[in-house]
Amino acid sequence: MLTVNRYKCCYCGACVGVCPTCALELVETWLEVSTECKECGLCAKICPVGALEVRA
Amino acid sequence: MKCDLVVVGGGPGGSMAAKAAAAAGLNVVMLEKRQEIGDPVRCAEGVSKRSLHKMVQPEPEWISSEVKGARLYAPDGNSIVMSEDKSGGEVGYVLERKVFDRGLAMLAAQAGARVMVKTRALGLIKKDGAVCGVSAMRIGEPIQIEAPLVIGADGVESKVGRWAGIDTTLKLDDIESCAQFLVQDASIDDDYTEFFLGNSIAPSGYAWSFPKGRKLANIGLGIQGSRSKPGEAVRLLRQLMKSRFPNGRVVEMVVGGDPCSGPINSAIADGVMLVGDAARQTDPLTGGGILNAMKAGAIAGEVAAKAISAGDFTRKGLQEYEARWKEDIGKTLARSFQLKEFFVKLTDKDINQLIGSLAKEDITKMDLGGMLRVLFRLNPKLLWSLKSLII
Repeated sequence: MLTVNRYKCCYCGACVGVCPTCALELVETWLEVSTECKECGLCAKICPVGALEVRA
Repeated sequence: MKCDLVVVGGGPGGSMAAKAAAAAGLNVVMLEKRQEIGDPVRCAEGVSKRSLHKMVQPEPEWISSEVKGARLYAPDGNSIVMSEDKSGGEVGYVLERKVFDRGLAMLAAQAGARVMVKTRALGLIKKDGAVCGVSAMRIGEPIQIEAPLVIGADGVESKVGRWAGIDTTLKLDDIESCAQFLVQDASIDDDYTEFFLGNSIAPSGYAWSFPKGRKLANIGLGIQGSRSKPGEAVRLLRQLMKSRFPNGRVVEMVVGGDPCSGPINSAIADGVMLVGDAARQTDPLTGGGILNAMKAGAIAGEVAAKAISAGDFTRKGLQEYEARWKEDIGKTLARSFQLKEFFVKLTDKDINQLIGSLAKEDITKMDLGGMLRVLFRLNPKLLWSLKSLII
């Protein structure tokens, strides 16, 4: 599953822009992940601070 | 609640749209999901002075500093200087976005727009397939705002387009992953924006210093998404700080994703117009998006007023917006996209050759086109594939 490290996330929304299934939503400082997430990992790759990780 | 137009997003594009539409007599509601407009910043804050003045009369407090020009560094350390009025891109003023964005929202409010903060759009309300408003969450409470027209100015993370059937998803090749520190350092050049090129500094991107006066500067970098890995932008920025600004004191941190896809083919759908980063109107070469968002926003606001008075909210009724933004910024964006596609592939050796070739040329009086023509004359083999763009 996709995990968000809330201590690292700087809530910039870059991940939301690349998500192919529209599974991410930035609510001010809180990144929400919906059940639409296909765990493709594109968001983790571009996260400037490395706050996202797809874990088995 | 009922109104003529809902603008989703209170950045420069949204505020200009709301201002123009309200000034033309529409009943406008502008939604901003954050509780404070303009904060946190996701921007290096540079704009061309001349272009900004064409759009709006800036208040002194919107501007942190004014620069004389830009200096570009090759990976081997050689540099060239471009003067302010000719470098054309995003030098001139370095803004204070927190104050600037709020100032533009105030202009929209003064023109009569209703601004709602801490209000997040959840989706478009549709009736028989036609857009008839926006459902939103306002300070934790659901609200429905009925309106026949919606402008999506909701930035890099835009949802309005996707809700309306416009695919704005960015490929990893078409987004720059960016990180920036606000830095205090005696070595900062207060008069020049600086750009540092090189694949070990910022792969398929560049690093920058945008001075904010009194030895304070936005120092950051962007790297192409496809060449990124988790946390890479911040790691490279720390590396840059160590090598270029070892005594720098970091007083703020900024991160963000910058669209560099070139604009989407169509920024309109029935009942919907997209502006700014939401429409991917960011310049793909420089990453600058403020002025394009403001221009597109102002056009969209005017066209909204015309559509309301004509009673036509269909794609056809909004066609004027599409034609006008393409006429105004579309050609430059298309050219910048092609240039970006070329420049992201250059090796450090290529960049050293290009910048080195200008060492004996006087380029301080040239615009970007003029400089490209000189570069082409001096490096025909390397730049041959850009022939049609340059000559």
